[in-house]
Amino acid sequence: MTSRESILAAVKANQPETVKLPDIDVFETKEKGSLEKFASVLQGVGGKVAYVSGYPEIARTILAQYGSDVRIVSPVKELKDLSDENLEDIASIHDLRNVEVAVLNAHFGVAENGAVWITENEMQHRVLPFVTQHLAVVINAAAIVPTMHHAYDLIGKSTYGFGTFIAGPSKTADIEQSLVIGAHGPRSMTVFIIGNDNQSGQGQV
Amino acid sequence: MMEHSTKDHAELALDFNKDEDRVDWHDETLWFIRQKRDKAAHQLPEWEALREAASQIKNNVLANLHDYLLQFERNAVANGIEVHWAADAAEHNQIVRRLLNEANVIRMVKSKSMLTEECGLNEYLANHGIEVIDSDLGERIVQLAEEPPSHIVLPCIHKKKEEIGEIFHQHLGIEAGISDPQFLTETARQHLREIFLTRRAALTGVNFAVAETGEFVVCTNEGNADMGAHLADIHIASMGIEKLIPEKKHLGVFLRLLTRSATGQPITTYSSHFKTPREGTKIHVILVDNGRTVQLGRKDFRNSLKCIRCAACMNTCPVYRRSGGHSYHTAVAGPIGSILAPNLDMEKYADLPFASTLCGSCSNVCPVKIDIHEQLYKWRQVLVKNGYTPKAKKAGMQVMTWTLSSPSLYHTAGKVGRWVIKYAPFAVNNKLNPWYKQRDMPASPEWSFSEWYKQNRQP
Ligand code: SF4
Repeated sequence: MTSRESILAAVKANQPETVKLPDIDVFETKEKGSLEKFASVLQGVGGKVAYVSGYPEIARTILAQYGSDVRIVSPVKELKDLSDENLEDIASIHDLRNVEVAVLNAHFGVAENGAVWITENEMQHRVLPFVTQHLAVVINAAAIVPTMHHAYDLIGKSTYGFGTFIAGPSKTADIEQSLVIGAHGPRSMTVFIIGNDNQSGQGQV
Repeated sequence: MMEHSTKDHAELALDFNKDEDRVDWHDETLWFIRQKRDKAAHQLPEWEALREAASQIKNNVLANLHDYLLQFERNAVANGIEVHWAADAAEHNQIVRRLLNEANVIRMVKSKSMLTEECGLNEYLANHGIEVIDSDLGERIVQLAEEPPSHIVLPCIHKKKEEIGEIFHQHLGIEAGISDPQFLTETARQHLREIFLTRRAALTGVNFAVAETGEFVVCTNEGNADMGAHLADIHIASMGIEKLIPEKKHLGVFLRLLTRSATGQPITTYSSHFKTPREGTKIHVILVDNGRTVQLGRKDFRNSLKCIRCAACMNTCPVYRRSGGHSYHTAVAGPIGSILAPNLDMEKYADLPFASTLCGSCSNVCPVKIDIHEQLYKWRQVLVKNGYTPKAKKAGMQVMTWTLSSPSLYHTAGKVGRWVIKYAPFAVNNKLNPWYKQRDMPASPEWSFSEWYKQNRQP
């Protein structure tokens, strides 16, 4: 017998009587995702939030903050002016090692935990949102869901090879529980929110 | 590398208790994390309903594990993932070694995986000329110190920053005497970045694997699992067979519970869903049994397989907090480890189910509602019936007789009193009692004292 067969046989022999799965749709309340809550939770986990009028303002804000001497990359076509580098042309993903800023579109944000959902398509290279020193993400003000239940409803049957929730900059508290921002991934995460009529034009980061 | 100590929990706890300041610090720090967990939990009115749902989902998983395993395998293979089956630790380690050999890899980077600790993977690979570097900061620190992790979420919670500075001074070449966490973390960042960029193989653990889709999810705050996996040509993901969940939507329940229970954060910084390998690369998933099917057959203990490794039961445990993770001499310490370990080796771990006051705090915080303290109690009976009498039990009995005859001693808040009370579930709420922060402690179950006493006063 192979290990596969013996494990499966042992599982079958030892697993208990079946029990039904609980109904978890009850957690999917009718409430709308609150942008305010998303922003405050994200800030609580070390993320930054900037309300902007559109992509041109994002480009201006990023250039003002980081200058044009550092390597800025983005697969977002509306941000072509920000970087003339075509990410598709990269010979090896290791060439991304010195990226200073990466700007990516995200699908939506989750109000309860400040996370955004990004899939491989928006990353161009899976390692990009992790290897960059600073990460910027763009979402639409209307694309906020209240909880993870709603999030998986949206993700649903969508196809992706890789997808991730990102909530803030990389961090660790492994040394005496002191929080340090910038563990192995980005040292900062900024979420640009487009289309929030009340607050656009206040693009401070 | 795992220290094979012949001392039992009580003796190792005494060692840990030699440094009173450290014990106090350890105790308070973990209690602080427990409080953060409470705060996060209290923010969700549906918290208890979520725990119940998570528990029921996991019950369903255990009851249908055979089919879910097949479903996961089918879907993962369709996604282009290679699936391997390992009956025990040795087979798991051999598979990893074979995969690395086939790819001519002799240096691998690894993110946190308690399963590989359980299997002794690092040591095995080192003996076969393969270098493994742990990339979680806490794990890297204990690896450099040649110690096992002492906590499943916070591997070096037993270490002070000055000691970490000294370790980095010796191994990573920083000046002596540095203890600033920011500086030390930056040092590790630079050191490990070089590792990520030069390793062709990465091993990660698995937090959840979805039968419905054949994908798996890995959660970290540091981003180390992703840095390793996305920069490597081969990604090996090791998982116990109990890590399956039925459908993707169930991730919503578990991701809401996991980090709130672990550290009080609303979610980990990264919750990465791996479904297909990156172009030109490979993902291997190793499904490991290593005693899990046996535990599945133990009616009283199978619930322990529902564990999602959040460590809430350790952070809240009065014994864990004051005896330290190493005193459990097993990969997964604390209350849950004390249920899992005897399943693997009753003789070796006979002491662990006795390393508890049966206060029930662990069961109260467990996000998947494992009846931890009841299982600890049941293990005691099984162990005694099978003739495994831990030293701790005898010692506990003697000390108890001694302290009961001397009330002032019993009330001593010092070293001895502290040690005694670890084995005394009758320790009532009492200001002088350093174990009990009573306002947050659940009431001890009615039976615990009389049963425990009966059990322990008989030779
Ligand atoms: S037993 Fe429960 S509380 Fe303990 S680590 Fe597992 S899931 Fe968390």
